[in-house]
Amino acid sequence: MKQIYIYKRFERFWHWSQAALIIFLAITGFEVHGSFHIFGFEQAARFHRVASWALIVLIIFAIFWHFATGEWKQYLPTTNKLKEQILYYAYGMFKGEPHPTKKTELSKMNPLQRLVYLGFKLFLIPVTIISGILYMFHKTIDANDVVVVEDIPLHGIAFWHTLGAFLLMVFLVVHVYMTTTGHTPTSNIKAMLTGYEDVDDEDGEGEIKIAEKNNESKS
Amino acid sequence: MKRSILVVIGLAIIALVLTNILHDEVYYNLQLEELKQKYAIKPVSSVDHTKFEELQKDFQSPQEVTGACIGCHTERHIEIMNSAHWNWERVAYTEGRGITAAGKKNLINNFCIGAQTNEQSCAKCHIGYGMSNDHYDFENARNVDCMVCHDNSDEYQKGSELAGYPARTVNLTTVAQHVGDPKKQNCGSCHFYGGGGNNVKHGDLDVAMLATTRDVDVHMAANGMDMSCTNCHTAQNHDIKGRLYSVSSENTHRLSCDECHTSTPHFDPILNRHNAKVSCQACHIPIYAKENATKMEWKWSDAGQLHDGQPFHLDDEMGNHEYLSIKGSFKWAKNVKPEYVWFNGTANHYMLGDKIDSIPVQINTLYGTHNDPNSKIVPVKVHRGDQIYDKVHNYIIQPKLYAAEQGDSAFWKDFNWDMAAEAGMRRIGLPYSGEYDFVETEMYWPVNHQVAPKDQAVSCAECHTRSADGRLASLAGFYLPGRDYNKPLDFFGTFLFFASLGGVLLHAAIRVIVSIRKKRYNMDIIDYDKKA
Repeated sequence: MKQIYIYKRFERFWHWSQAALIIFLAITGFEVHGSFHIFGFEQAARFHRVASWALIVLIIFAIFWHFATGEWKQYLPTTNKLKEQILYYAYGMFKGEPHPTKKTELSKMNPLQRLVYLGFKLFLIPVTIISGILYMFHKTIDANDVVVVEDIPLHGIAFWHTLGAFLLMVFLVVHVYMTTTGHTPTSNIKAMLTGYEDVDDEDGEGEIKIAEKNNESKS
Repeated sequence: MKRSILVVIGLAIIALVLTNILHDEVYYNLQLEELKQKYAIKPVSSVDHTKFEELQKDFQSPQEVTGACIGCHTERHIEIMNSAHWNWERVAYTEGRGITAAGKKNLINNFCIGAQTNEQSCAKCHIGYGMSNDHYDFENARNVDCMVCHDNSDEYQKGSELAGYPARTVNLTTVAQHVGDPKKQNCGSCHFYGGGGNNVKHGDLDVAMLATTRDVDVHMAANGMDMSCTNCHTAQNHDIKGRLYSVSSENTHRLSCDECHTSTPHFDPILNRHNAKVSCQACHIPIYAKENATKMEWKWSDAGQLHDGQPFHLDDEMGNHEYLSIKGSFKWAKNVKPEYVWFNGTANHYMLGDKIDSIPVQINTLYGTHNDPNSKIVPVKVHRGDQIYDKVHNYIIQPKLYAAEQGDSAFWKDFNWDMAAEAGMRRIGLPYSGEYDFVETEMYWPVNHQVAPKDQAVSCAECHTRSADGRLASLAGFYLPGRDYNKPLDFFGTFLFFASLGGVLLHAAIRVIVSIRKKRYNMDIIDYDKKA
């Protein structure tokens, strides 16, 4: 077993605040949708609006971070070992086979993760946020205090926003579960909290690598 | 790691707390204070009519008073004689009908049906003297009743069944010497009593509003701003602002809350944006008929029952007539939640002779749809009932209801529908087949008065709800968040969510089972080794 420093400080902050915001937005959003009653419609709508701005700001920072650090390359899709990865989750892991891909600082995601997260970033989040912004600005007040209503019908906007919300909830379920498939059931979550992850030690050089890494970080 | 957890928890708490704090600020509403200041100053008349020589005489007839008025206010009668208050009709364009002259003179309703043939009684609410039939001289200025609107002495009163003449007890000299701007009492003497009794027709215009509380009406409350009708219904040259669509058709001369309160009166922009599609009244008049009940149903088909040949009446638990032999049976209601419709300020009216093409017959139709930029959601009182119609010609009948004596075909004296229908339709000039029945009708009364204090305004969730009791549950044609959702999408989404939840649980279960088996297998090997 060895430890690698895989999630940077901002990345962890971004991940957890985004998670909190999305869960909070889901609770308030589905209340506005009429699915259940917790805060009451009025409060739910207000909270949803405020939290949505927080999420937008956070995502703007995250986009900047991805490009500034070059981390966006982590999401470049590949079919290399994609099939193996799917087969691993389908039955390989039951047999105790090793992960078909190795986690490293330079490639922290397996091909399936790359594909899913790319879809998350390029489709799911944009659809939800853009439809949300259209929803929020469906009616605006112009300089003459006249309320202007968008031409796009609200039911269409609401459709895409709700679709995004449902898919995000599906993502949440599967994503949370998949964190338990690491080296140990909690090693992935621990990594997202501390930055360091225990990974399978393939060639017995783990201790040396950790020592090297510690030296690097000290210097 | 500890620090990271704390940071995450801390941020989540801050986010939640901030959303709460940010929205609890209390603002000082300067705009409202300015309005209050403006209307707190009650105008004082600049003249005292008791000092005018022309009015120091013993007036024998109301026409003499009118003559004295015109003597000084030389052109005012011309303004009045151009008004619908005088003419009981207004030339207007109606969608699908063209240009028509319509008003109380020729329209019908589903209360006392119509004024035609019943002028002697109905003209109690005409601002003139002597309208006893359809040959009234609308050019005679001396018949203009100035006093009914301008009496400030509370002395003046129209007489019952006197064709618009004052009651014989009225001291005309007193009235003539105490004229001024119209007060609540002046407008209310007719507008509170439409339909034959207090608050019968409108539901939001009640004699109680002469002296009421803020809970009933924030504007007119005696313990509030104590505003009068004319504070809002302002007039230039007797051309008064404000429309009621039981008789009006066009989107002109309307009065709106915006004029004082602006189109963006809330501090909350979300509420302000509602103004595009929701009228102020829709939220700020959560209920009407707050002090006294209003009539909600009127079944003429029950009229005419007699006890020992005599008409009788029954009262409901509120003390209102539930049954009257001359009029039929009624349902009254207090503290009524309005119904809601789209309305763009134009309306159509059933005109005598129109064929019945839908049941219930729409006595008036308020036009409007969600997609029409002029339309807003407005609260309405819907008055439902049934009334007499001609089965063969398939149109509504104007019956003759009133007569001074029996034997004049009037239903209220003779209780004979056939004779009343025949007499009424003959006057109008439409054929009557001799076969009548009763047809259901509906009439729409926009609710504009009895504005509640702001803390009583309709709350968000009363409309934004999936509940069938939601105030807008039946208003179709648009997507209302909280009420509407895409059913297939919701089904698909919910299914996908639980399918994925089931999927991961199944996956987890297999992992657990496999790992237990593996453990056992390993243990077996160990046991085997031990035995060996």
